[in-house]
Amino acid sequence: MSKQRKAVALISGGLDSLLAAKTIIEQGVHVEGINFFTGFCVEGHTHAIRKKDKATPKRNNALWSAEQLGIKLHIVDVIDEYKDVLINPKHGYGANMNPCLDCKIFMVHKAKEWIEENDFDFIITGEVIGQRPMSQRKDTMPVIANESGADDLLLRPLCAQNLPMTLPEREGWVDREKLHNFSGRTRKPQMALAAQFGFNDFAQPAGGCCFLTDKSYSDKLVDLWTSRGRKEYDLDDVMLLKVGRHIRPKSNFKVIIAREEGEARFLQGYKKEFINMNCASHKGPLAMVDGEPSEADLLVAAQLTARYGQGREAEFVDVTIREKDGTEKVVTVTPMKADEIPLQWMI
Amino acid sequence: MSKEVLNAKRLLCPLPVIRTQDKVKTMATGDILQVVCTDPGVMQDIPAWCRINGHKVIETVSDDMEYIIVLEVG
Ligand code: SF4
Repeated sequence: MSKQRKAVALISGGLDSLLAAKTIIEQGVHVEGINFFTGFCVEGHTHAIRKKDKATPKRNNALWSAEQLGIKLHIVDVIDEYKDVLINPKHGYGANMNPCLDCKIFMVHKAKEWIEENDFDFIITGEVIGQRPMSQRKDTMPVIANESGADDLLLRPLCAQNLPMTLPEREGWVDREKLHNFSGRTRKPQMALAAQFGFNDFAQPAGGCCFLTDKSYSDKLVDLWTSRGRKEYDLDDVMLLKVGRHIRPKSNFKVIIAREEGEARFLQGYKKEFINMNCASHKGPLAMVDGEPSEADLLVAAQLTARYGQGREAEFVDVTIREKDGTEKVVTVTPMKADEIPLQWMI
Repeated sequence: MSKEVLNAKRLLCPLPVIRTQDKVKTMATGDILQVVCTDPGVMQDIPAWCRINGHKVIETVSDDMEYIIVLEVG
């Protein structure tokens, strides 16, 4: 009897990885999923933070995909290792701060390490030639295979017929004839295959599933690095860039102002790490001050905080300023008017 | 059979799932793990992770501040 072959599938939670894994499962291969958490994944965090997102179903799409497929899913925390990918991408960034090609190489490399440790035979991804401008092009497909070290152990079931034979095909572990030849940006073949497999309700996030492709998020990340004078971050930075309005009046400080209740609740957890403030005389949002503000800077921050509270039209608003150690003082300020906030302050 | 508690407070999904997964790897079949979280997303994600990976959710408890999931390692 021939050996039961085993593949690990990179599961992002999107349709393509779901279909790629299903295509191989259908061929009798034992498939398990792997999902890498970089810290920049859209789902989860934002839902948890923002109250207005509460109406949308809060599911982790990678887990959902695995459940649809009836396979195990291994979620791997790569937050620390990923820093080098994002900070020093050999192949550069995409339209925003998304280092997609280096990211793909990194993930396939991690999957290669995983199959070696777990005695699996090959790796599957949902990549399609021409689907994405940076990482899924005919000329980048071999770059990912080579630089990740996976070489011909990397099989892309959705476009395999347009690519050179891989080891699983040559060895007959999978039948190349039953793989696909998708290419380009059209989603029609994927939709047809999804219908054939009976998948519906799959995730198709409009802005992608990664914050690094988002312009506003990328701007905030660049601002963070510029203000610090070096490219570095930790998980709290990653999280805080997802939350609130970020306003930088001067290079030495910025103000993060909650936009709604969910964000305010989330920011509460950081009160011991940042000077923070909120309106005392009126209802208003919680604001955090990041950086090294002077006394005068704190008054500017207080004026901004007042601007986004219910006292925005009042002549004076009392604002409570809390130090990291919890000591408080109340200052009285005139709320900043909308036209007094220079556009370049808004990050 | 051992019983352990995992503190996953202040972590947002999928980190509580990852910490649960890593903890369960060190435990034996039949052991009980209680996971204490503050992200409501765990009420969906940890049971889904358990279903996929063959573990059993015995109890879920929630109030406004904390979400507790008790599972039996499969
Ligand atoms: S969109 Fe984000 S997760 Fe996806 S390849 Fe690009 S950098 Fe990586």
